[in-house]
Amino acid sequence: MTKVGAPLIHVENLCKSFEDGEVLKNVSIDIREGDLVSVIGPSGCGKSTFLRCLNCMEYLDSGNITIAGVTVSRTGTEEHLDRPFLEACAQMRKNVGMVFQSVNLFPHKTVLDNVMLAPLVVKKESPDQARENALRLLAKVGLKDFAARYPATLSGGQAQRASIARALAMNPKVMLYDEPTSALDPELVNEVLQVMKDLDAEGMTQIIVTHHMRFARNASDYIVFMDGGEIVEKDDGDVLFTTPKNERTREFLRHFTEEVA
Amino acid sequence: MAHKRHRSASPEGWKVAGRTSRALFPLLALILALCLVPGIPESAAAEKPALKWGGDTEGGAPFMFADPADPNILIGFEVEIVERIADYLGMRAEFVQNGWDNLIPGLQRHLYDISINGLEITPEHKQEVNFSIPYYRTFLQLSVRRDEKGITSLEDCTDKVVGTLKQSYAYFTLVDAGVKDIRTYEDEINAYTDLQNGRLDATLFDAPIAIYYAGFNPEIKFVGGPIGEMEYGIALRKEDTELLRKINEAVVHLRDSGELRRVYDRWNLWSPVMADLFQDFSPAKEAPSRFQEWAEHQKPEFTLTLRLKRYAGFLPILGRAAVVTMEVSLAAMALAIVLGLVLAMARIFGPSPVSRLAVLYIEFIRGTPVLIQLFFIFYGLPHIGIKLSPFVAGVLGLGLNYAAYEAENYRAGLLSVPRLQMEGALALGMSRWEALRHVVLPQAIRVSLPPVTNDFISLLKDSSLVSVITMVDLTKAYGQLATTYYDYFGTGILVAIIYLLLGFPFVRLARWTERRMAVAVHGGATPGGTGRNGKYSLGRKPASY
Ligand SMILES: Nc1ncnc2c1ncn2[C@@H]1O[C@H](COP(=O)(O)OP(=O)(O)OP(=O)(O)O)[C@@H](O)[C@H]1O
Ligand SMILES: [Mg+2]
Repeated sequence: MTKVGAPLIHVENLCKSFEDGEVLKNVSIDIREGDLVSVIGPSGCGKSTFLRCLNCMEYLDSGNITIAGVTVSRTGTEEHLDRPFLEACAQMRKNVGMVFQSVNLFPHKTVLDNVMLAPLVVKKESPDQARENALRLLAKVGLKDFAARYPATLSGGQAQRASIARALAMNPKVMLYDEPTSALDPELVNEVLQVMKDLDAEGMTQIIVTHHMRFARNASDYIVFMDGGEIVEKDDGDVLFTTPKNERTREFLRHFTEEVA
Repeated sequence: MAHKRHRSASPEGWKVAGRTSRALFPLLALILALCLVPGIPESAAAEKPALKWGGDTEGGAPFMFADPADPNILIGFEVEIVERIADYLGMRAEFVQNGWDNLIPGLQRHLYDISINGLEITPEHKQEVNFSIPYYRTFLQLSVRRDEKGITSLEDCTDKVVGTLKQSYAYFTLVDAGVKDIRTYEDEINAYTDLQNGRLDATLFDAPIAIYYAGFNPEIKFVGGPIGEMEYGIALRKEDTELLRKINEAVVHLRDSGELRRVYDRWNLWSPVMADLFQDFSPAKEAPSRFQEWAEHQKPEFTLTLRLKRYAGFLPILGRAAVVTMEVSLAAMALAIVLGLVLAMARIFGPSPVSRLAVLYIEFIRGTPVLIQLFFIFYGLPHIGIKLSPFVAGVLGLGLNYAAYEAENYRAGLLSVPRLQMEGALALGMSRWEALRHVVLPQAIRVSLPPVTNDFISLLKDSSLVSVITMVDLTKAYGQLATTYYDYFGTGILVAIIYLLLGFPFVRLARWTERRMAVAVHGGATPGGTGRNGKYSLGRKPASY
């Protein structure tokens, strides 16, 4: 089950606080290329913040993150964000694709244009190349026939798949998903999860914050359990669900036993 | 007797402001607005030097007004006097329209060199301008309804409702007489109408006005003798002493040769006080022909076809005025749209001092009347050497004003775009600017466009304010025609229809944008779509936004 590969993501002592308190406390983790990692944990424990730090939607306070050779790091004593740091963050965002819980497709553009926009604007691809690429990605997520539609006319599942295609168009080294299915009606969840399984089969490195324990257990290489801003436990799905080492993990998973069994 | 009519009242003469504006494409005007255009260019091919004189066509009969027989032509006893003065001086009279209240500022601003339009020689006026020797002397006349028994003099009026022109000699006379309820008017017609329908008990006006607006009306009678005394003179700038000398020479010549007397006879304006002023006690030399023509046109038994024919005759004048209204509005809107966007961006995204400046501008402009702003730009700026043509001043005044409102429309649009949109774009690797340009702005504009289009409709109406800076727009043309024909009703409906027609395309456009934009932004609701989207995203404040 576990694949062989060099660590593509290296996180060391990642700390992040907001005005009302510390949200991430010395988070460290290595993730190898090609891994599919699920992150679970109670609400408010810092899962989203962790993901957002990885692609610099939030700036970490201290620690360092290296993804595909790009490093952002702070010691926590800097007065302000300096230029090299911001440039590293910009590069990080180009390498790391992210899909949010709520659909944020651009409503004024067609599905195709949504997928083409960033390659055109950021990577300065030619329109032909960008279109060809976009159509290929839309076909991959099963939306070949929806290229000309506007986001408002898509179902939630279709919209999330389009969002994935849009993120893939930038050729990211890593994909992050923050509860991509939790706003969806149950019957639409699988079509989105299936896309991630397909990507996993192609060797994409992915981190998914999810409440779908069955998916986490069956599809991911391992599961990370977070609580109180810390990584409490990290293990193979079967192990974690049957014989968790930590009391907090056991307590959390109690709510999900029926779902996973 | 054939009258030489005042030809400078032709369309070209009236449309002083229009001359600069007609050829200009609105955007060009914008560029023009940036460089300072000195005054109005002179038309070169004049055989005789021009004697530019300022007056207000809305001032009404008998001073100067549109000829009821052909509203394209300006007539009036003062028009005839100016023309004779110009003739005597070997010059060509060139009329410049300006609102009566602004005749003296317009003189100071070199819009024209002399002004004649019932300007009283008062100590206050004399502080600002020089006056020629008086060309006319008159008095105030009290008018009441025909059945009125209780009022025979000013003393009877203290407890009555009396109407007159605002800020006039008559007004101050009423104040001095202790009249408690004085109603002031912008024009004499409405005052006399109110007297007739009982809203007023009496009116006090300059005798020429009383003669022309009530003298032929069987429902109104004059009571009491002459009240007070006032003299009209031609106003000139203080420094133009040589021109003053020549004007005085001309007035003396016209008086002594009897030419002025004949003008006054024809217009039925000779009176004992005039006889005193000119030391001329001879009987009338001519019949009051011009007065009779005027009275003829005021007859109420006017058939519908005749009336419609008259209105058809208004159309060229109103058409030209509509072009002015449209040009000013379009150019001002173009300015407001561009500048408003800059202001909104500065306010939301600019660094704090820039942002604060934008707020200051917006609040300042929205907190002061646009009328004051127009006055300031047109009459105030010349004091520091910035002299703008009426068109440019009008476009700047309205454009700078509306820019503040448009900025707020854009801001509302920008704030309506969920933060998650910006975040999504940033997560794709776009810079803030790229995200703004490709994702946020296009959506914001869809929200802003309907209110912006609606604002254009108000701007179209507010453009009527440019009449205070000498432009003849639709509203000004309305005033001119209405005073001439004693007809605020029919003319008013006609002008209202033209405003509606001008605004109609924009009303439709506003509707259309509202519908279009609503579809493009909100579409059909999707499961897990926009609803939750907004709720989730707005509570958070990502470091990058
Ligand atoms: N931008 C922010 N400003 C202030 N506090 C924040 C911000 N973002 C997150 N927080 C706080 O940080 C803590 C962790 O939030 P986070 O969204 O990472 O939790 P989560 O594990 O994703 O929860 P959920 O499962 O509900 O999504 C919460 O207490 C939250 O209120
Ligand atoms: Mg979360």
